[in-house]
Amino acid sequence: MGKKVAVTGVGITKQSSVRHDVNGVEIINEAVRAALEDADMNRADIDAVVIGNMDHFEGINYVEAWSIDGNGGLMKPTMKVTTGGCTGSTVAMAAYYHVASGLFNKVLAIGWEKNSESDTTGAITTAFDAIWDRPVFAGAVAGLAVEAALYMHETGATEEDAAYVAVRDRKHALNNPFAHLHINLTIKDIMDSPYLSWPVKMGDMCPRTDGACALIFSSEDVVDDFPMPPAWVVAVANRHMYTYTADADFGSIDGPYWMTSLEAASKDIYSRVGISDPLNQFDMAELYLPYSFAGVKWMEALGFTGRGGGPELLRSGATDMGGKCPVNPSGGVLSSNPIGATALLRVADAALQMQARAGARQVPDAKLALCTGFGGCYWSDMLILSKDKP
Amino acid sequence: MTDSEKICIDVLSGPDEEQPFHYAAGVYGSVFINELRDNKRLMGIKCPKCGKVYVPPRRVCPPCFVEMTELVEVSSEGSLYSFSVVSFGFLDPATGKEKPVPYTYAVIDLDGADNRFLHFLDETDHNKIKINARVKAIFEEERTGGLLDIKHFTMV
Amino acid sequence: MQPVAIVGVGQTKVEANKIRERFEDMVFEATNKALADAGMTIDQIDNVTTISNDFWDGRTISSMAINDACGSYDKNVSTAEGDGTFGAIYGLMRTLAGTFETTLVVAHHKGSESVMRLITNAMFDPIFERSMGIDAIASAALQAGSYMRKYGISEEQCAMVSVKNHGNAKKNPYAQLAMDLTVEEVMRSEMLSDPIKKLDCCPIGDGAAALILATGERAKKITEKPVWVKGVGYCCDSYHLGYRDLAGCDALVAAAKQAYTMAGIVDPRKEIDLVELHDAFTYQEPFWLEGMGFCERGEGGKLTESGKTALGSELPVSASGGCLSSNPVLVAGLVRIIECALQIRGDAGEHQADGVKTALAHGVNGPAGQSHCCWILGGEA
Repeated sequence: MGKKVAVTGVGITKQSSVRHDVNGVEIINEAVRAALEDADMNRADIDAVVIGNMDHFEGINYVEAWSIDGNGGLMKPTMKVTTGGCTGSTVAMAAYYHVASGLFNKVLAIGWEKNSESDTTGAITTAFDAIWDRPVFAGAVAGLAVEAALYMHETGATEEDAAYVAVRDRKHALNNPFAHLHINLTIKDIMDSPYLSWPVKMGDMCPRTDGACALIFSSEDVVDDFPMPPAWVVAVANRHMYTYTADADFGSIDGPYWMTSLEAASKDIYSRVGISDPLNQFDMAELYLPYSFAGVKWMEALGFTGRGGGPELLRSGATDMGGKCPVNPSGGVLSSNPIGATALLRVADAALQMQARAGARQVPDAKLALCTGFGGCYWSDMLILSKDKP
Repeated sequence: MTDSEKICIDVLSGPDEEQPFHYAAGVYGSVFINELRDNKRLMGIKCPKCGKVYVPPRRVCPPCFVEMTELVEVSSEGSLYSFSVVSFGFLDPATGKEKPVPYTYAVIDLDGADNRFLHFLDETDHNKIKINARVKAIFEEERTGGLLDIKHFTMV
Repeated sequence: MQPVAIVGVGQTKVEANKIRERFEDMVFEATNKALADAGMTIDQIDNVTTISNDFWDGRTISSMAINDACGSYDKNVSTAEGDGTFGAIYGLMRTLAGTFETTLVVAHHKGSESVMRLITNAMFDPIFERSMGIDAIASAALQAGSYMRKYGISEEQCAMVSVKNHGNAKKNPYAQLAMDLTVEEVMRSEMLSDPIKKLDCCPIGDGAAALILATGERAKKITEKPVWVKGVGYCCDSYHLGYRDLAGCDALVAAAKQAYTMAGIVDPRKEIDLVELHDAFTYQEPFWLEGMGFCERGEGGKLTESGKTALGSELPVSASGGCLSSNPVLVAGLVRIIECALQIRGDAGEHQADGVKTALAHGVNGPAGQSHCCWILGGEA
């Protein structure tokens, strides 16, 4: 069996729509230094580095090599992984495998993006097939909007239901000093915001952010070297199902699919960890919800409620702070979205919760956390973190 | 089919500078492009194992992981699976210029196909568009080889 | 490290322009060849690691293009961006972690669809370096000049590498450029960026490759000829060319040392029977062999000149023809591992070397050999 793995250090940069004060290498370094300081380590203590972002957002090829002076990997094993929107969770999983393999004890995981340096939708559009998708595609916004339209059609859910998520996550972000957006909004504010791509409005959508995140992943053999208690990684799983956008199946209420990759990844990871009732078994969740409708429909795909049960689940307050399973105490993707770091921030915040040091956003007595990453063509990554050693 | 095996499409790609690419459409994708251009026919491909028909055609059925070779014609009509009216501006990476908005991005269930087809719908008032509406392809008069030889879909 | 073996390999022929094929077509071919080689079906693959680069593919999630073709549907899958040797290390980690018994690693590249000089120019700093037009060839030329001047390596010695590798390629059905050359012909070929001439330079080709890794017990059940991973090491040097000693290759020295330590190798010259180098330019054979400790610093030119790196001699280097004859970027590193595995199995065909028990596969990332990766493979567990 592999080594057990824990997060033992967390570094998060200041996040905003434009960080003119730092270039890419410097924002990476800001996160790395914060993580090293948090873990009471020197660069010399790092065994290996894994980094990720989406190349076309900054237009840099071979990012792990380009950023070496800032990423801590100089004269060390350094690797780049990338999977689009889920890059951050892909980085976390890669760091997990670095350590679980027994090859390394202390691994630095870095996700970053300076989204201000390009046209985000233009760059995302290049993720899709040049011949079959790009001529008509409009990036993540329209790609998600067609799912939202079908969800409302199938379930009778409303734009107001989705707005609940947009309000909730922004409200949670008020407790998170690292969040990009600190705005207290109402459902009316969301409903009054302009359509970007019907039925998705400005208020339903994540921002684009400059920011970086670095985590230290450590083997069970060395967790005592660190000042903070370990946040254990219990399991990781993922599914990247689609090559052609046209194959993505958003499901019908009585059909076989709802959100295929998330359902398949959930089944995999839940069976390995023994999760049968996620709403009651998880104490909190940091979910990659890039737009508000995801916070309704994807809760169903994750098994927190049945198909069409999303609106009722939300309105019960179960996902609010103080509820059964608070979702996105950090404010989530709807409040901060430096894309290559976004899914790693989910893991970072869940780790802080497991370590009981999430400050004003702490969920009392949180012991088991669910994290997700979303990207590509309806791709899903999942990690489960625990306060107790698995 | 000799000509159809060699179709490449030139595309610009890159955030801040021109990065020209010359993408192969593949053997089956080339047939689709030629049939669309020359005969206004839409071609799909059928999985020998599960029987699903994919459009545009390609070699591998994802769940079955088997090679597909049987090209079949699918209808240029179908029903609207979902749609979105795109109203925000963004740079089109293929041109480096702002994409004209609004336009309606449509996900279409073509009759005879089991996956979906992505294209434009010519109606941009979301109140006038209904999921499951019948739609049909409107072809360009001058067709040059490519997805946009279909001008758009329209509700019938 | 727990025992892990390579149990199946597959590669496409590398060609200048596979105009009929998309990324997925090449990957489907390589994947099926690896499965057939291992006698496995896709259902027996527990997880997949893909290798691609968003710039080379002109696609910001380059791995999306090939998920169907590598059979990763409804499996755990991830993507390393960089040379195939690095991606294979990620596959190795996933095999060692205790969750999976088998891992498929695939890489693809179509150089014919993009413009090499623009893609590799984008490796350099956008504000301070790109506008000078520097690219893979120009940066390698800066390194070649520094190294050759410092140690008195001659252009003729480098040309001998071209003659040898393009000749070896004639025995490899997958190689792109196979030809009989003379040192004079290499010397007379067009100057691209002094001292690098056209025939000192690899072609950028189209191709794909795949290999299957399995944990120890499982590997023995799958094949009678498992090739064992004895050691791996990788290391990244400084980025700006001016920050490092271009006439040195410190990252390679460190990567090789890690791999040797893990494999228990004390004297590589005695203990390693064959090397598959990431030799994209001719100067890199003597240079990288020095870094790996096969000879003293500055002695690489003489080692090449002595003929000892030829197929049939004591240390065959790039018996397949190496990157100089075929360089589908990223795929190239995976092919180095595959070629070593075939040599150890005795399945390399016409370019089989004698008595290969232990072999070294090498890969490079970043400009002018910034980051190196070494694999030591062996026939016995």
